[in-house]
Amino acid sequence: MKFPIYLDNHATTPMDPRVLEAMLPYFTEKFGNAASRNHAFGWEAEEGVETARKQIAKLIHADAKEIVFTSGATESNNLALKGVVEMYHEKGDHIITSSTEHRAVLDTAKTLETKRGVKVTYLPVDKFGMVSPKDVRDAITDKTILISVMFANNEIGTINPIKEIGKIAKEKGILFHCDATQGVGKVPVDVQEMGIDLMSFSAHKIYGPKGIGALYVRKKNPRVRIAAQMDGGGHERGMRSGTLAVPLIVGFGKACELCEQEMAADAARLSVMRDRLHATITKALEEVYLNGHPTERLPHNLNISFAYVEGESLLMGCKEIALSSGSACTSATLEPSYVLRALGVGAELAHSSIRFGLGRFTLDEEVDYAAKKIIETVTKLREMSPLYEMAKEGIDLKTVQWAAH
Amino acid sequence: MAYSEKVVDHFNNPRNMGSFKKEEDGVGTGIVGAPECGDVMKLQIKVQNDTIVDAKFKTFGCGSAIASSSLATEWLKGKTVEEAGKIKNTDIVQELNLPPVKIHCSVLAEDAIKAALADYQKKADSK
Ligand SMILES: Cc1ncc(COP(=O)(O)O)c(C=O)c1O
Ligand code: FES
Repeated sequence: MKFPIYLDNHATTPMDPRVLEAMLPYFTEKFGNAASRNHAFGWEAEEGVETARKQIAKLIHADAKEIVFTSGATESNNLALKGVVEMYHEKGDHIITSSTEHRAVLDTAKTLETKRGVKVTYLPVDKFGMVSPKDVRDAITDKTILISVMFANNEIGTINPIKEIGKIAKEKGILFHCDATQGVGKVPVDVQEMGIDLMSFSAHKIYGPKGIGALYVRKKNPRVRIAAQMDGGGHERGMRSGTLAVPLIVGFGKACELCEQEMAADAARLSVMRDRLHATITKALEEVYLNGHPTERLPHNLNISFAYVEGESLLMGCKEIALSSGSACTSATLEPSYVLRALGVGAELAHSSIRFGLGRFTLDEEVDYAAKKIIETVTKLREMSPLYEMAKEGIDLKTVQWAAH
Repeated sequence: MAYSEKVVDHFNNPRNMGSFKKEEDGVGTGIVGAPECGDVMKLQIKVQNDTIVDAKFKTFGCGSAIASSSLATEWLKGKTVEEAGKIKNTDIVQELNLPPVKIHCSVLAEDAIKAALADYQKKADSK
């Protein structure tokens, strides 16, 4: 086993060596500009890009012409929301999204509210973190131009009922954008079947390179149009200017091809591993709470809270394992995870949460080591915790008058 | 964030971790912070003839909070009640090399010292 162990695959993934291999020639030999129409260097680069576009489109059941390359899912989310609002502002000024979206959606929505006077509905989620299709339907007004709901949450892994939301959007003639950054390549995503009109995703979450992502933009039924957010050479059918990052795109394509071939096997293997990790921990420790949905969740995600133990100290005790926590102490803002808070998880349990993100290269023994280390550290920190001591003495922590500062 | 060596040392080898009986003679207990804020510190002192002869802590919080309280117990031992009241959070920040986002952890430790001293005083006065 090599240390540190990487169990933070929602943040990013290591690149698959097969992806790197596919990319390498495009740095030095095939270095052409894909927009150069007059020579072999350009043609060969363009061919690399078009192959990748097909590989990417295939994974999500789209047409290659519907893929717009961006720098990542953050840009895709910005382009989708801002691009739709600018293009369709005459039709309406209302968009619907959810409270557990990634910051790239939430902050874009906030900007649209303050700078463009757009009205935004932030739908609540249930205690498992799921958006209700009925809430989506009820929030629609005659001014609604866009629904933006994420495929799967990056902290808790909960998978939303995308197909049902897509159906409602279609029925009402409203565009549906989905931030599928955590879902694509991990579980089947089908833009046709799910009725998705615009979709953001990113290569570095699926064993591809950082700095490249895509926005899927539907071409028919309906033909979606978005206003470009960057002026320039009119690349990507005028939607996103800038010389294409050919090596990154080639890597993105290869990563998608591998996911298409290996996703089912990866998911099956990782969900067994994840369930074993969960079972081992809950068997050894009391008061461990699962955050997110018990079944409708990403196969490689586990998010749990350990009562009476603060998350950052837990990470510090497990420093040979790369993990993340919803604790405020790990964030610059000193606020605990807004995602967990949106599910109604109490602040004290939000501070105690740990996210495990397994990946293609995670080994059984690594997960076993992590379980053992977590159990040891939680036990040690509970010994050190005044809250645990009080709870053991039978004091109801909710009735205590805390001297908050 | 990278932790200073001293924080790591206190975290791995906490000094004086544990509890005294609150009712015990000469014991002052300070509990500060709140679970919702992600940090609760319990600091206890045992006083004999105006001198702190022993101190213990239990902390729910980040590594810096644990280290701050662990350090506080080390510093408290052997000090008179009056001297103990002069420990400042900035001394803790300096000793542990705490970054700006962790200053509140040291403030909590200072508050815990003050609360323990006040509790001791209250118990002594009511006798
Ligand atoms: C759900 C979700 N959306 C968007 C992003 C941003 O992706 P990128 O890093 O490609 O900009 C992430 C990654 O953190 C994510 O998890
Ligand atoms: S207890 Fe939260 S940052 Fe120290």
